[in-house]
Amino acid sequence: MADIRNNFVGIKSPNPFWLASAPPTDKAYNVIRAFKAGWGGVVWKTLGEEGPPVVNVNGPRYGAIWGADRRLLGLNNIELITDRDLFVNLREIKQVKKDWPDRAVVVSLMVPCEEHSWKAILPLVEETEADGIELNFGCPHGMSERGMGSAVGQVPEYIEMVARWCKQYTRMPVIVKLTPNITDIRYPARAAMRGGADAVSLINTITSITSVNLDSFSPEPSIDGKGSHGGYCGPAVKPIALNMVAQIARDRETHGLPISGIGGVTTWRDAAEFLALGAGNVQVCTAAMTYGFKIVQEMIEGLKNWMDEKGHANLDSIIGRATPNVTEWQHLNLNYVAKAHIDQDACIKCGRCHIACEDTSHQAITSMVDGKRHFEVIEEECVGCNLCVNVCPVENCITMDPLAPGELDRRTGKTVSPIYANWTEHPNNPMAKVAAE
Amino acid sequence: MAEGLFKEGIAAARLSPEKYADNFSDLHPPLDHHEALVESDRCYFCYDAPCMQACPTSIDIPLFIRQISTGNPIGSAKTIFDQNILGGMCARVCPTETLCEEVCVREVAEGKPVQIGRLQRYATDVAMAQNKQFYERANNTGKKVAVVGAGPAGLAAAHRLARYGHEVTVLEAREKSGGLNEYGIAAYKSTDNFAQAEVDYVTAIGGISIVNGKALGRDYALSDLTASYDAVFLGLGLTGVNALRAEGEESDGVENAVEFIAELRQARDLSALEVGRRVVVIGGGMTAIDAAVQSKLLGAEEVTICYRRGKEHMNASEFEQDLATSKGVTIRHWMQPKMVVAENGRVAGIELEYTAMAGEKLAGTGKTLRLEADQVFKAIGQSFDPASLNGSGASIAMEAGRIKVDAEGRTSLPKVWAGGDCIFGGDDLTVSGVAQGRDAAESIHLALMGG
Repeated sequence: MADIRNNFVGIKSPNPFWLASAPPTDKAYNVIRAFKAGWGGVVWKTLGEEGPPVVNVNGPRYGAIWGADRRLLGLNNIELITDRDLFVNLREIKQVKKDWPDRAVVVSLMVPCEEHSWKAILPLVEETEADGIELNFGCPHGMSERGMGSAVGQVPEYIEMVARWCKQYTRMPVIVKLTPNITDIRYPARAAMRGGADAVSLINTITSITSVNLDSFSPEPSIDGKGSHGGYCGPAVKPIALNMVAQIARDRETHGLPISGIGGVTTWRDAAEFLALGAGNVQVCTAAMTYGFKIVQEMIEGLKNWMDEKGHANLDSIIGRATPNVTEWQHLNLNYVAKAHIDQDACIKCGRCHIACEDTSHQAITSMVDGKRHFEVIEEECVGCNLCVNVCPVENCITMDPLAPGELDRRTGKTVSPIYANWTEHPNNPMAKVAAE
Repeated sequence: MAEGLFKEGIAAARLSPEKYADNFSDLHPPLDHHEALVESDRCYFCYDAPCMQACPTSIDIPLFIRQISTGNPIGSAKTIFDQNILGGMCARVCPTETLCEEVCVREVAEGKPVQIGRLQRYATDVAMAQNKQFYERANNTGKKVAVVGAGPAGLAAAHRLARYGHEVTVLEAREKSGGLNEYGIAAYKSTDNFAQAEVDYVTAIGGISIVNGKALGRDYALSDLTASYDAVFLGLGLTGVNALRAEGEESDGVENAVEFIAELRQARDLSALEVGRRVVVIGGGMTAIDAAVQSKLLGAEEVTICYRRGKEHMNASEFEQDLATSKGVTIRHWMQPKMVVAENGRVAGIELEYTAMAGEKLAGTGKTLRLEADQVFKAIGQSFDPASLNGSGASIAMEAGRIKVDAEGRTSLPKVWAGGDCIFGGDDLTVSGVAQGRDAAESIHLALMGG
């Protein structure tokens, strides 16, 4: 049986599934339920500095988009950091960690961007014997208007500065949570590393308006007829998160910096993908908020089954396995030639491949052959773009079959070369020509 | 289903009052809003969609389903009505399992088609509940068209002609309009007086006046119409019932299935309707199924359909056959009626002869079987009765006992078009009648305005 015990910057947990800092980790009651359900760890919902707690809106805090049958695809929230008293939270954290020593308890923090504020709160957290802290530089709503959250995460210099303070004033591991609302995620990650952070976690939520009410013309969620942008999360954001994780994992400067992967993790498969791209563990929120804590059972068993099936003994044997395969476009092999192939036995003749190709791509799929509806790839026209595969409702009905070296590409009339060749060497590339001269 | 009160012979009130309401409630309850959204999402929005090709009225099915899925049932209804103004009834009575749903790619892929009929009903119900009218009459052309028969073909023709600004008079022999939609369809397929609601919806466009109780050949002749109207559309339907050609056919208790179905549809109190304790239905089409199922639902103890060929030859769809057997009807194949056994002039049983194929032809085997019965329904097809056309001067060309028309619905007589079950080539479906009426109206319009 695969061993899925996790060691993330020295923080140990029985599995790599943590609950992200969010409503599910707001208080001891929820966290205890989560641990009973099997979660490996939690990042306690963000604490603010001592004093009167923040207040939340008293209307809706969430908006969503749905697929058919109301499957929740994306969730947006405008909830702020914890609105509970700091010392109540600290007492509960201490007790929970004492009662659940094998689980990871990390505390999320967000205080003003001033040294004394951080210096004041860190000993209080350390006293709880929590396993580490996560700096919330990510929340894009509410707190950012007050100079915290993503307002810090969008300025690499601030990230570096605060990370350095934290490393200076606590022995606890420091994880910096990054906002995706930035042009290039590598800059804040590098800044966190320079500041001495032990790890980064990403992505926090994406600035968003989920929908507009077409009767009242108010954005949703609507608070008395007005709406404010929220933070978007859930299955819809996973591709964005995967890319950002991969960018940091393969960056020359941040390579090796531990990453806690966050963003739309809903199943074991999602988690495995984050790990493969270089995340050391994953954090989950929306899936739990949609289905409850029990989903972790599926994640644990699914991950183990897959690892057993593929012969991966432990997490170290899968973490980062896909990272080397992420590259720049210019390094993709232009001599790799694939053609779509439609399995006529599997085809249900919906014609979607045809119309997608005919209207929007390369006119490479028939609709009628000998007076009958028949969908077949015209190899002379097929550029291997994969659109037909993506719109086909039948899995594995259309496949992209690579041509073997030496085979004729009927579109170009050339035989497929066995030699790897990319854009940097291509004759049409002016830069390549310059280099050659 | 044998919970009926035990009564010998043909009798009324075999069931408790609440049981009637239960038995004759909607066969396919309407989809609610969420069900419609979920079901509509199953549609793949196929290119050159097979369902659309299979629809006799060529409704743009992928488009109307997509409109439902985007929360636009009104737009969806318009897509349906553009092609088929009786889309509401067709949604209820079309044998979708042999038309659009049979060729749905989901049927091919997983044996579970998109429920096109129920989605069509959802959209049309929404629009009709709001009496949303999509069409306005064009300016009055001054042309007058007579439509004979207010059935599906006649109503579709009338609506399309009225849209073009022609003045339409519909002459209907029966008390109520709707044709087979009102008189010829099982009650559980058209509940809540839907056929009449639909007539009102169709005629709301204006320019259509329906005169009921006026029968061609009895109250007026075709030549009267051709003399006083610019064009005539014949949507006469079928009025003849084929005979069993079996000894004793005239006995009491031998009845036409179509009349039983009509009587049931018109009944205000189903418990007053009589039905036999043991019922035998002869035939293999939809009418046989409707008569048999409804006999059972009225409390008949034993109902048997006897069909002279095999299951695969039955005109009734597999769904209809399954419906019948699920209601407790026994379907027997390869037997034909030989003699109605009568006692004191009343049916006491029926003698059937086993059949078999003798080469290409069906033949009796000489072996017989006797079934006890106190009621026998004839459902072996209807025929066109051309007598109503007599006295029209020139005689109209016929083909295989029905009116011959060309591709546009023109008969051999000038100014006279025809459609629906009365024409040769009709397939006895509401939806085909609608298509023929609509297309004949287009042809009439061209002829009237072109000339």
